[in-house]
Amino acid sequence: MTEAKWPLFEVFIRSRTGLAHRHVGSVHAVDAEMALQNARDVYTRRGEGLSIWVVPASSITASDPADKEMLFEPTASKIYRHPTFYEVPDEVGHM
Amino acid sequence: MTVPLFDYVLRLADNALVLGHRLSEWCGHGPVLEEDLALANMALDLIGQSRSLYDYAGEVGGRGHDEDALAYLRDVASYRNVLLVEQPNGDFACTMARQFFYSAFMHPYWQAMAASSDPALAAIAEKSVKEVAYHVRHTSEWAIRLGDGTEESHRRMQAAVDELWPYTGELFEADAIEAALIEAGIATDPRPLEGAWRATVANVLKTATLTLPATGWMQTGGRVGRHSEHLGHLLADLQYMQRAYPGAAW
Amino acid sequence: MYTQGLSGPVDQPDQGHDPEREARFQARIDAEERIEPNDWMPEGYRRTLIRQIAQHAHSEIVGMLPEGNWITRAPSLRRKAALLAKVQDEAGHGLYLYAAAETLDISREELVDQLLAGTAKYSSIFNYPALTWADIGTIGWLVDGAAIMNQIPLCRCSYGPYARAMIRICKEESFHQRQGFEIMLTLARGTVAQQAMAQDALDRWWWPSLMMFGPPDSESQHSDRSMRWRIKRFTNDALRQKFVDATVPQSQFLGLTIPDPALHHDPKSGHWNFGPIDWREFRRVIAGDGPCNRDRLRARRAAHAAGRWVREAALAHAAKRRARAQAAE
Repeated sequence: MTEAKWPLFEVFIRSRTGLAHRHVGSVHAVDAEMALQNARDVYTRRGEGLSIWVVPASSITASDPADKEMLFEPTASKIYRHPTFYEVPDEVGHM
Repeated sequence: MTVPLFDYVLRLADNALVLGHRLSEWCGHGPVLEEDLALANMALDLIGQSRSLYDYAGEVGGRGHDEDALAYLRDVASYRNVLLVEQPNGDFACTMARQFFYSAFMHPYWQAMAASSDPALAAIAEKSVKEVAYHVRHTSEWAIRLGDGTEESHRRMQAAVDELWPYTGELFEADAIEAALIEAGIATDPRPLEGAWRATVANVLKTATLTLPATGWMQTGGRVGRHSEHLGHLLADLQYMQRAYPGAAW
Repeated sequence: MYTQGLSGPVDQPDQGHDPEREARFQARIDAEERIEPNDWMPEGYRRTLIRQIAQHAHSEIVGMLPEGNWITRAPSLRRKAALLAKVQDEAGHGLYLYAAAETLDISREELVDQLLAGTAKYSSIFNYPALTWADIGTIGWLVDGAAIMNQIPLCRCSYGPYARAMIRICKEESFHQRQGFEIMLTLARGTVAQQAMAQDALDRWWWPSLMMFGPPDSESQHSDRSMRWRIKRFTNDALRQKFVDATVPQSQFLGLTIPDPALHHDPKSGHWNFGPIDWREFRRVIAGDGPCNRDRLRARRAAHAAGRWVREAALAHAAKRRARAQAAE
């Protein structure tokens, strides 16, 4: 029963609309070349993409959910980073 | 002029359908989930090519046959595919070897056909060449992986190459039906493509640590309707519904 | 595409039972936040998800077999291409779902081993045979129709990777039911033999389709917890009723008769009331004695065993390539 596992790769695809590569799912493959082909065969069957990135899942470093408050909450109070913070009279028009 | 063109387009169409049908037999039984999808993608490419070709054959045949009449109502002796594509799937090595031999031929063939003086065929070629280019890459990588993988995979891949080798000679035949079409710039002459094909195959087999078989006797006959025993069974499956319920629309 | 209300949450004594963390977890769920792979979660939640997602994935993979039985015999090239694309989608959906389960610290290999060992469940519907071409129409129309009823709410499941896989699956699957209905419509408008074929398929698949929604709420012990965790959003019976209400008018349009003499419209509730479901049959098929259970597992085991040398060879080749690249440096 003990069969060696094929590594997991995460798949990112840039869609036709020219947006950045977006995570779409994963595939198993023995190396990066096979991962690219598998990603093509699995995730672009309906013309979803124009470019593929594959990354070994083991290479991804993720932030710790326990650090969420420390990492992401301090930004909530910096409302001056958003355009709506500033008042411009209507008669000035769009800015 | 109409008849040779009809026969010629049927040959191309039957190759694509029979091989696509063979690949579709894998669906649900592939060695790994990702490859199950890949095999189905290749099958769908080929079935799609056959449909465009049957459609055009029906047009030039002048008898009002549609794609299904051509695919489902001709018996073995009227099929015009090469023997290679009707060979059974065998193990995964056999399927990859068959696909690689065929695709490595069809890639330069469709490339040349994109310049056909027949605009319908040129358009089909232009679409097909991209599909087949991927089939070449996918199958040659598998040939290399299996040839240069484990002892067992090496043995199986070499056996598959040896088994299918005698069916590769037929790819490069051109007979009287095609001669006039080649002359008119409608069809591509397959004979000059043999060198490029051999180079591609030799290169992949070398990387795969496999031995290129010696050129011995080559089987032939599919293109004039003399097939192996396998095609009858394939058509029994393929045509079952149309034969059991004549004239029904599905 | 095929979840079935086979099992509720797995009761597992939580290691380090932590009421405070659990309360915070539940509060996140109640606020419609998504739970992500590295987030803390109760062990019962994790195990329940693994079991449900795995059953769902297995169902996709086993579900390829009855339809795959007709790919080589599809009656026209158009139907052949559509059916192959559909069954291929199911392989893809199984793949997305296994990947979603893998975010919960279990490998695809372990899950597949459970399926092949016969210890994992999959939807009971695939233990019935696909005998005629009309079965392909009926599977698309009823089985995919039932699956969609089940799956749309899962797009809002509390577990992010599962919900995202379901969004992709539902999007891709939108053609499956239409494909099936179109086949049925062609048969219904066809020859007498074709109409009989369509009716026969409906007769055989109707009750198993209703069973796809799982046991009645009165017997579904763990439903409450799955609902509370928002792994599940509607009860089995509610989804079943929704399916019947949607399907009866479609059968009338086709001119086919649903094999249930008790079926009638209740003007008061606006629902179609249906007769009793034979739950003994359901339990029997789940337990392994459906018409095709053995064939289905045999086919999966054969494919897995026949592919083993291929998978091993690919790994061996990749290792050789890495070694050569290192030696060349």
